[in-house]
Amino acid sequence: MDAFTTHTGTAAPLRRSNVDTDQIIPAEYLKRITRTGFEDGLFVAWRTNEPDFVLNQPQYADASILVAGPDFGTGSSREHANWALLDGGFRVVISARFADIFRNNSTKAGLLTVVLPQEQVEALWTAIEADPTTQVTVDLQSKEVTYRDVTVPFEVDDYVRWRLLEGLDDVGLTERNLDDIETFEAGRPAWLPRAIPASQG
Amino acid sequence: MPKTLAQKVYEAHVVRSAAGEPDLLYIDLHLVHEVTSPQAFDGLRAAGRTVRRPDLTMATEDHNVPTLDILAPIADPVSRAQIEALRKNAAEFGIRLAPMGDRDQGIVHVIGPQLGLTQPGMTIVCGDSHTSTHGAFGALAFGIGTSEVEHVLATQTLPQYEPKQMAVTVDGQLPPGVSAKDIILAVIAQIGTNGAQGHVIEYRGSAIEALSMESRMTICNMSIEAGAKAGLIAPDRTTLDFLQGRPHAPQGADWDAAVEHWSTLRTDEGAVFDREVVLDATTLTPFVTWGTNPGQGLPIAGTVPDPADFADEGERRDVEQALAYMGLQPGTPLRDIEVDTVFLGSCTNGRIEDLRVAAELLRGKRIDPETRMLVVPGSVGVKAQAEAEGLDRVFLDAGAEWRGAGCSMCLGMNPDQLKPGERSASTSNRNFQGRQGKGGRTHLVSPSVAAATALTGRLTAPADLTTVDV
Repeated sequence: MDAFTTHTGTAAPLRRSNVDTDQIIPAEYLKRITRTGFEDGLFVAWRTNEPDFVLNQPQYADASILVAGPDFGTGSSREHANWALLDGGFRVVISARFADIFRNNSTKAGLLTVVLPQEQVEALWTAIEADPTTQVTVDLQSKEVTYRDVTVPFEVDDYVRWRLLEGLDDVGLTERNLDDIETFEAGRPAWLPRAIPASQG
Repeated sequence: MPKTLAQKVYEAHVVRSAAGEPDLLYIDLHLVHEVTSPQAFDGLRAAGRTVRRPDLTMATEDHNVPTLDILAPIADPVSRAQIEALRKNAAEFGIRLAPMGDRDQGIVHVIGPQLGLTQPGMTIVCGDSHTSTHGAFGALAFGIGTSEVEHVLATQTLPQYEPKQMAVTVDGQLPPGVSAKDIILAVIAQIGTNGAQGHVIEYRGSAIEALSMESRMTICNMSIEAGAKAGLIAPDRTTLDFLQGRPHAPQGADWDAAVEHWSTLRTDEGAVFDREVVLDATTLTPFVTWGTNPGQGLPIAGTVPDPADFADEGERRDVEQALAYMGLQPGTPLRDIEVDTVFLGSCTNGRIEDLRVAAELLRGKRIDPETRMLVVPGSVGVKAQAEAEGLDRVFLDAGAEWRGAGCSMCLGMNPDQLKPGERSASTSNRNFQGRQGKGGRTHLVSPSVAAATALTGRLTAPADLTTVDV
């Protein structure tokens, strides 16, 4: 995973709430077995069917920060949604609320999710609609979103922040605790099921 | 200190706890399917890692599988490649796989309970948000992303924070024709798609205790649609009766030891929930969705809402967008909505009880000639059971299609899809835009509403059938 420290770019206003992961990338794109190359599926239905869709507007074509309505990333656990956003050039999604699995997947994939109060999201929408070239900086070190003369602090779990800043691999971190895992396994009840075929169990 | 059921299960699985870090939680069972696993296995290979506990890992083919000609090679080369990747990965890493054609194959959340792999007090994960289904047994079961699939494959653990606790209490007797699906759709409509965000829901109360395991699975399955981490129900006699004798259930002295442990899996008197919601089962009626998220539902006697009635600008925009997509006019009675397709199946409602309920309504009748009905059993086991009971004949004689097992039209990763503009009444779990096929429109319903709707061609409650000429 790439480390995330700070990012500056332009932002796209996605004035929709309850953006589910089926909208971010539909199931037909999930048949692929690769981990990259999902940009063609990103919001494909809205990009295809709605000429005015925000990402069809040339002034937002190069945006790297997505500013969405509340409850972004609901539904399916597909991490392809996070990959598609990254493949589509986004490094940050800002929303008043994220679905838990999407937010958790983001921390693994290196996409930063920033929770701001809805009124701050509205203010940011207004600013980037008035001037789509507005530079927005999301600084994970200082935990601040800055644009024009506005600076808004955001909360992020310290452990998640540390992992993102260092670009650390979770599996590697857990493997430091193998002794604890082995001790736990030794104490598990013998009657717990094993998935080997019953005839061999 | 008194604890909730979810807290007890969580705490019993903490491998390591340290200040300033997430807990490391042990995973008792990892279910795997073809869609969310290939990149995880690639990650293991790239890092030279193995699967730590192949014996606690079980794979099946469900999302992509065709429900017709299931023994022929999959026509779609991309789907076929994904299935082949799973077979190769399962063989390479020594994981048990139930492939197409196998008697144990089926939707991952149907086969776990069917095989007795899902048991009370376990932690269960799968790269699939409907893993919450297994909570019906008093397990802590939740969906994860592909990076976490890789993490569990490699370490049999996951870094986790203890979720908040929520109680949904449903008391009273359900009226006839009202089912578990109506309960959960009503819960989601009440609390919203984010109502349980960050929480584990424990479903309790006399209406929940009266439910079969199949019905409890329907309720826990859709916990994620309210934003919950997981949903669970305390194990009781119904749970034990379902489990006993299944292939992977403990036997003999092991069974007794397990039952003794399971009897402790109840929320203690005085345990505190962070949030509590109460529903009166006696007031519930069949519920259907009108919009494009599972929270946009109403009793079937209702009418399509008017965006003008929503004061909040965001909500008004949501409703406008949903109605535009669904092609619905405000004020239209829900019962007047005509459908093209009825889908009976999915991890929500593809179990034997669901098929029985629908078959009873269809027995000796013919579905509406303009309506297509797909019946897709949740597993090969469910299909065999239904055929042994003659339910396949009931569906076929009524004019429905009887298919092979899989996820099918719930998400249309196989050829079972809606065409643009087509409308379905579906027993699945998501009415998202395009979920069942590009441009398809979905109304979520219970199995009995699905069957009644198939008979009339428009959204219909089973109780309506006595007054409707079919």
